[in-house]
Amino acid sequence: MAGADGDDSLYPIAVLIDELRNEDVQLRLNSIKKLSTIALALGVERTRTELLPFLTDTIYDEDEVLLALAEQLGNFTMLVGGPEYVHCLLPPLESLATVEETVVRDKAVESLRKISQEHSPVDLEVHFEPLVKRLASGDWFTSRTSACGLFSVCYPRVSSTVKAEIRQHFRTLCSDDTPMVRRAAASKLGEFAKVLELDYVKSDIISLFTALASDEQDSVRLLAVEACVSIATLLPQEDLETLVMPTLRQAAEDKSWRVRYMVADKFSELQKAVGPEITKNDLVPAFQNLLKDCEAEVRAAAANKVKEFCENLPEDNREQIIMTHILPCVKELVSDTNQHVKSALASVIMGLSTILGKDNTIEHLLPLFLAQLKDECPEVRLNIISNLDCVNEVIGIRQLSQSLLPAIVELAEDAKWRVRLAIIEYMPLLAGQLGVEFFDEKLNTLCMAWLIDHVYAIREAATCNLMKLVEKFGAEWAQNTIVPKVLGMANDPNYLHRMTTLFCINALSEACGQEITTKQMLPVVLKMSNDQVANVRFNVAKSLQKIGPVLDNNALQTEVKPVLEKLASDQDMDVKYFAQEAISVLPLA
Amino acid sequence: MSAISASEKVDGFTRKSVRKAQRQRRSQGSSQYRTQSAPVELSPLPQLKDAPSTEQQELFTQKLQQCCILFDFFDSVLDLKSKEIKRATLNELVEYVSTNRGVLQESTYPEITNMIITNIFRALPPSDNPDFDPEEDEPTLEAAWPHIQLVYEFLLRFLENPDFQPSIAKRYIDQKFVLQLLELFDSEDPRERDFLKTILHRIYGKFLGLRAFIRKQINNIFLRFIYETEHFNGVAELLEILGSIINGFALPLKAEHKQFLMKVLIPLHTAKGLALFHAQLAYCVVQFLEKDPTLTEPVIRGLLKFWPKTCSQKEVMYLGEIEEILDVIEPTQFKKIQEPLFRQISKCVANPHFQVAERALYFWNNEYILSLIEENIDKVLPTMFGSLYRISKEHWNPTIVALVYNVLKTLMEMNCTLFDELTSSYKADRQREKKKEQERDELWKKLDELKLSNTTLVQNNSHGLQNNNNNNNNNSNNNIGNQDDGTDTASVAATTSDDNNPTGK
Repeated sequence: MAGADGDDSLYPIAVLIDELRNEDVQLRLNSIKKLSTIALALGVERTRTELLPFLTDTIYDEDEVLLALAEQLGNFTMLVGGPEYVHCLLPPLESLATVEETVVRDKAVESLRKISQEHSPVDLEVHFEPLVKRLASGDWFTSRTSACGLFSVCYPRVSSTVKAEIRQHFRTLCSDDTPMVRRAAASKLGEFAKVLELDYVKSDIISLFTALASDEQDSVRLLAVEACVSIATLLPQEDLETLVMPTLRQAAEDKSWRVRYMVADKFSELQKAVGPEITKNDLVPAFQNLLKDCEAEVRAAAANKVKEFCENLPEDNREQIIMTHILPCVKELVSDTNQHVKSALASVIMGLSTILGKDNTIEHLLPLFLAQLKDECPEVRLNIISNLDCVNEVIGIRQLSQSLLPAIVELAEDAKWRVRLAIIEYMPLLAGQLGVEFFDEKLNTLCMAWLIDHVYAIREAATCNLMKLVEKFGAEWAQNTIVPKVLGMANDPNYLHRMTTLFCINALSEACGQEITTKQMLPVVLKMSNDQVANVRFNVAKSLQKIGPVLDNNALQTEVKPVLEKLASDQDMDVKYFAQEAISVLPLA
Repeated sequence: MSAISASEKVDGFTRKSVRKAQRQRRSQGSSQYRTQSAPVELSPLPQLKDAPSTEQQELFTQKLQQCCILFDFFDSVLDLKSKEIKRATLNELVEYVSTNRGVLQESTYPEITNMIITNIFRALPPSDNPDFDPEEDEPTLEAAWPHIQLVYEFLLRFLENPDFQPSIAKRYIDQKFVLQLLELFDSEDPRERDFLKTILHRIYGKFLGLRAFIRKQINNIFLRFIYETEHFNGVAELLEILGSIINGFALPLKAEHKQFLMKVLIPLHTAKGLALFHAQLAYCVVQFLEKDPTLTEPVIRGLLKFWPKTCSQKEVMYLGEIEEILDVIEPTQFKKIQEPLFRQISKCVANPHFQVAERALYFWNNEYILSLIEENIDKVLPTMFGSLYRISKEHWNPTIVALVYNVLKTLMEMNCTLFDELTSSYKADRQREKKKEQERDELWKKLDELKLSNTTLVQNNSHGLQNNNNNNNNNSNNNIGNQDDGTDTASVAATTSDDNNPTGK
């Protein structure tokens, strides 16, 4: 450590520590966030011998400061002299891992997990593992909770005696007195199982899993469901029936809806983990029950999984299972009393058509789609419309178009502007699938009507929609169908509508190309420079700036330039400003 | 959940009133009806009072068993007749246990508890409204209340019956029973929570063996509420029970109780919905301090640690609680805490939100607090002076300015000389602060430059070995130091001499 003395005189630790102790929390927080800078100034040795002891002793602070500290320490390895010295970081992090505030504790655990990888196997046993043990047998629940997250990172790299100790500690925490610790243990059960040897998974983990899954608190039981996925993945198929299934069956019928919800929410993962045979025998009836659950929350979670579940069914009798077991439940859900259930279903139901094929779709699914398209709740209808592409591939959209249209029209005129906004966003997609003829005939009027909506966000989205449509259908189509209407609005008595013309021109000029822009749009823009409303005039300046690049030099010099020069001497400040901006940006000179 | 239409979710800007109106449609929930298969038709049994006394107990048991049948209250027209029979029977049972002596024979205890368990212990339904705001929204009421209410009533009468024997009942009213009872405190229905409160209080009073367990479980509920879910409807009710429990604690307080105060009650102050239970919480805290005044310092330090940074409404509540504490504080305890406390109060007085400032300034209307301040004016006045002086010139709200003038006047009368000294040194102090601020900035600028040059060095050397990198880092430290030591050292030195308490603590 050559030159440490030089540091000493320049950055006395007292000064730095004063900064970390400032009375103002904000300043303290700022300093702690730059802790690495302080450590750099001190050099590695003094960071180890002076800064870290100080930090370890001042753990009583605002949680926000502690959070920043916990995060910093995770990246401190190089600042204390590399992996060789990384264990110096353990004392402050240990204290932080016992703090009450969850975010601080979690961050400390995260940092501990990170630096655990930088420990050599020897250091891990000498320094890290004892820390885990201390936390695991701490008095207050916070330290035991933190310990739960550290077992899995050290287990694979320690000797078999230490491994046995770790397993013992984990077992103790799984039956801890406080539900907080049991929850922490249950949430790490899957992760811990993954690093254990298979024999221990069978002997240790299964009994812990069974116990946690029948805990008196539902908040613990539901976490066991999550662990179930990882555990089932680890075990050989032949053991699943005896070791996992009894617990899983019980969870699917738990008296607490939270647990059943969790089962529904994890259903696809569970299905993959237990394999096709168990799926057929056990999960299908369980899934039916969840779809018919008395709580809407559970039904909605299950409805969300319908498509994925069906997709992952074993192919040999997939269709038969769906038709006889799943579809009847789905049919009921279409007229569920709860709209969240219906809209969850609507977001996936279209996906079934690819699985079931054309004939079944037409016979069984189509009536359901149509019913949902007429649902009283806009979200259900939107979800159906947003997934039209799946059906399009299987049966073609024509089958639906008759019902589709009223649904679209109704959504297009919904009283809630966010609903209108949502349907606009699907317009380009719909147009692509329905084809230009159908579009011109039925939807074009809607698209134009949105341009004069009284909500700006809708007008803006409508403008953007037109651009996408032109990109899809081409300049010629634009010239015939939409450009005349857009330009017609330039004479509207409402200045907001006149401005919409300009916004449309901004959006369309590029897609329409030079000819249409020069011959049809430019004259209108130029004429509007005489508008009596200043907002329109400065938007003319902005539009000219925008469409300038599309125009040829001749038009720019002879037509655009004089108008901009006129606007640049407008009496309105804003008009002047934007005109001058346009002049300076466009190549007019 | 179902009450909010999806379109509303799409449109984020609905008014609460609209949503409320919609919620009126279905404000009842219940997940009790689940496992029952085909509903059973009840047939009325003869009245208890008409039965000969030899058969009364038998009939009592039959009626208890009959009341174990559950009905679906979502469908209000289903099983109307049977529902009415059960209601009448429950009424009769309530009447029977509250007016008759000698009806609680040992053999009926299991029947009674079984009936209670079957009826009231259930998984609470999901909240109708995921962001239920108890202050604004109407709670979801329990649909099966016509029956459940009577069962609660019955349980209460059972516990209060003069013949009730805890020594027999403890076989049935055990830890598991209590645990399930406590879970029910999360019910959104205030009527239910009210019953639960009285019942739990009775159980706590009669079952000595369950007391520690009940306290521990309440602890766990609170800790989960604070650190995990931030959601539990019955916090106020549980605190109310605790208020009277604390009252009965023996002195000296056990470590367990002190831990409860510091690790549970104080952190409860951080909850988002503090307004819902602050009165009960403050009562509990003050109860503790009246029991053991030496807890004052840690409690106030705890409150200062959690002092709200952005929520003015909560800040006003904290100030209210501080005043309640100051009302009972011992002068020796006051001395221990006065400086940090008044630093906070001076910040509150300077708060741009006039309600916060006003609430803090009201402390000066409190005779006892005034006497404490006067006694310690040499400490309080220097802490408060800066804020008060500045606010008297700067606050936007005329009421606050007027109040501040009064406070300044009171303080001046307490110690005129000190007041004059502070007034004359005010400017100099401000300048010193400014200077210190500048020095800090410079210090950090230097440190940042150092970091910058280091990173570039590291980048240049990135193919080198890690260890080499390290050495380079150290060298560069020196380089910077040597380059511009002159000015730099001077400024740092100034900072140190200003505040001469290095490393130690």
